[in-house]
Amino acid sequence: MIEVRFFATLRDGRGKIAQVPAVEAATAGDLLRRFEIPVEEVAILLINGFHSRPEDPVKEGDVISLFPPVGGG
Amino acid sequence: MEERYIRNLGALTEQECALLHTKTVFVAGCGGLGGYLIEMLLRLGVGTIRAADGDAFEASNLNRQLLSSPQTLGQSKAEAAAERAARVNPDVHFIPVSRFVTEENAAELIQGCDAVLDALDNIRARRILAHACKEAGIPMIHGAICGWSAQAAVIMPGDDLIDRIYPEGVSLTSKTSLSFTPPFCAALQTALCTRLLTGRPLETGRLYMADLQDMEMESIF
Repeated sequence: MIEVRFFATLRDGRGKIAQVPAVEAATAGDLLRRFEIPVEEVAILLINGFHSRPEDPVKEGDVISLFPPVGGG
Repeated sequence: MEERYIRNLGALTEQECALLHTKTVFVAGCGGLGGYLIEMLLRLGVGTIRAADGDAFEASNLNRQLLSSPQTLGQSKAEAAAERAARVNPDVHFIPVSRFVTEENAAELIQGCDAVLDALDNIRARRILAHACKEAGIPMIHGAICGWSAQAAVIMPGDDLIDRIYPEGVSLTSKTSLSFTPPFCAALQTALCTRLLTGRPLETGRLYMADLQDMEMESIF
């Protein structure tokens, strides 16, 4: 399984954590599509704690963390 | 030591308090974050505060911006900050600038500062400020809010944290904010600023992201 962790407003309607079978996603972008999150609504994408991009591959056991842009003042 | 700073002692040494009185900071924005940052820096006893905002208060600011009130609607935010500074701590040299931060004026606004505090409300201006800080070799203390979330970081000259926080193509979709989110974020920024200005050990290049709905704080990068 791949663990997807949502933060801030990305938790709305999705909860904090989801588990996805590894065969269902080849890249982080596949996970964004699965959870209907537009790419421009993800500011920070981490794979196992490392800064990553939607086109980066994901595999069994990976932990993906998704943060929305926070920019108000 | 002046009596007004007595309760700073213990948490800070007398030498650190004296050091803060010698420091100059720039606060970019006098709105939600800026109002609280200025308040905290004034009471802390930072020597000189320069603060810029080209905006004036409007009714939609009243739910969260410290310097806004029915009486200050339509008033320049920077001028309202100057009035507050004179009331709260007249010993602090406060320089209001009623202008937005732009590519043209950023270098001049931050000149001679020991730290720059980001209280802006958009990504473009933050990139301009971060670039100016990098060029001038001044640390920038980033802060931003959205709804129940707040984030803060110390960005040292030469690191690319701002580009990782706001990658190309990302856009702000929400302007929601609650009364308690700006002061929480400003407190994170002021604590980081205090550590920086007093020379205490400080982890830079990390983004602290707080979720006040679920009472969580992440430290990333």
